[in-house]
Amino acid sequence: MSKIKVNEEVQEVTLPLSLTALIQANSATPEMVSVQLNGEFIPQEKFPDTDLREGDEVDILYFMGGGTQ
Amino acid sequence: MVIPQSVLDAVIRQAYDELPNEACGLLVGLNGQVHQHYPLNNVDHSPEHFSFDPKEQFRVLKEARADGLKIIANYHSHPATPARPSQEDIRLAYDPDIIYLIVSLAGEKPDAKAFSIRNGAVTPVEIEIKHGSIGASASR
Repeated sequence: MSKIKVNEEVQEVTLPLSLTALIQANSATPEMVSVQLNGEFIPQEKFPDTDLREGDEVDILYFMGGGTQ
Repeated sequence: MVIPQSVLDAVIRQAYDELPNEACGLLVGLNGQVHQHYPLNNVDHSPEHFSFDPKEQFRVLKEARADGLKIIANYHSHPATPARPSQEDIRLAYDPDIIYLIVSLAGEKPDAKAFSIRNGAVTPVEIEIKHGSIGASASR
């Protein structure tokens, strides 16, 4: 098992693991979130091809919006 | 959710300042106690919609962490409709763990209500106004 940080909490994961798989493992949908990996923005289209490494720090934030309709 | 009067006043003031558009932002604190608000840009610049800029969201996240705080709620204004989540608000309430505060300016006086929204289910959250200064307001 390898350790990565997700929103400041250490998680043990099995590598290789894509960003998409990590987001899904954290009960989120990739289309609903913005992600920084080690402080750098990762565009949504690159989630599937971004492989995580030991010690990575991932921040996941939900898109926030709404309207009156 | 416990919110200082000063923070709620600042959120309402922002809502008026940004008319005719919807105003939005984040509330940070700990254990249901709001410490301060972060006004954010409504990138939709619309009286009927709002969206956060993810870069601003991450900035707030990091500043909150540095202060030992967490994002506990987001807020937005309804310039002309009541303080309850619209269908679009509910559909886009992706984060099940935060509180959604809505400030309505539709009536003679502003009206603020808070909700939990999980899987499309809306549950009112009580707002307790705390008088005195425990929080601060961050600049954009």
